[in-house]
Amino acid sequence: MSLTHDPRDAAFHGRRTDGSTVRRPLSPHLQVYKPQLTSALSIFNRITGCAWAGGILLLVWWLVAAAAGPGAFGAVQWFLGSFVGLLILFGMTAAAWYHTLGGVRHLFWDAGYGFDLPTTYTSGYAVLIGTGVLTVLTWIVALVVW
Amino acid sequence: MNSEHDAALRLQTPLGRVRGLGSARGGTHHWWGQRLTSLALLPLTIWFALSAVGLAGASHAQALAFIAAPLNAVLMIATLLLSFHHTNAGLQVVIEDYVRGPGMRVAALLAVKAVCGLLAIASVFAVLRIAV
Repeated sequence: MSLTHDPRDAAFHGRRTDGSTVRRPLSPHLQVYKPQLTSALSIFNRITGCAWAGGILLLVWWLVAAAAGPGAFGAVQWFLGSFVGLLILFGMTAAAWYHTLGGVRHLFWDAGYGFDLPTTYTSGYAVLIGTGVLTVLTWIVALVVW
Repeated sequence: MNSEHDAALRLQTPLGRVRGLGSARGGTHHWWGQRLTSLALLPLTIWFALSAVGLAGASHAQALAFIAAPLNAVLMIATLLLSFHHTNAGLQVVIEDYVRGPGMRVAALLAVKAVCGLLAIASVFAVLRIAV
């Protein structure tokens, strides 16, 4: 592929079904668009969902270890209480609240509400602020209990 | 305007029009599944967050007592089943978006279904073993 100087050229590198390259107009993609709050929050909803696909492994480990006995349970509690474990749990907390609030935003869209641009930005900032508040709140309560 | 022209505009075969069904009889099933599980997971997520916070630094005995309480066991199993359904549905969309080639795509979809199914069974089995 040739070096592109005009960013719009990036939208012209297509491929035929046999894999060979062809210069033709394509739908603009990530390399052309300037990141916006709307697109960034959208991809973060997917990223946090994928993160929880991994995070749920911790829950499975915790439950299976609890059923297996004190030795296995001690190992999982030690890991979750370690620096790396706490870091992962903090990340999972933020990802959980983000995906939950983002999901509520999506459910409103699915029902046909909040599509206009000002509302979209307001709900987007609300999701970000809500994620921060709920994450900090969750950890304050957790540290008090602990 | 004749009906054949209408059918062509709707991209529907004459047979499909006669049967009155969609192409696969359930085009929105996956979409609905994702939305319904997300709706059901909203209250369960709040319950789970409160429970997880309450279990910070719990001993083995405390963890067992929590899981064995009937209400907790039922809500935990509901959370697990809905979460794995939702996880599988979400990962399926991600795979369909990014994995190229029918062979790789089907292999990835089946692998995700298998892993989600097995983990769901393993975690529910663990809850039942403690609670029952």
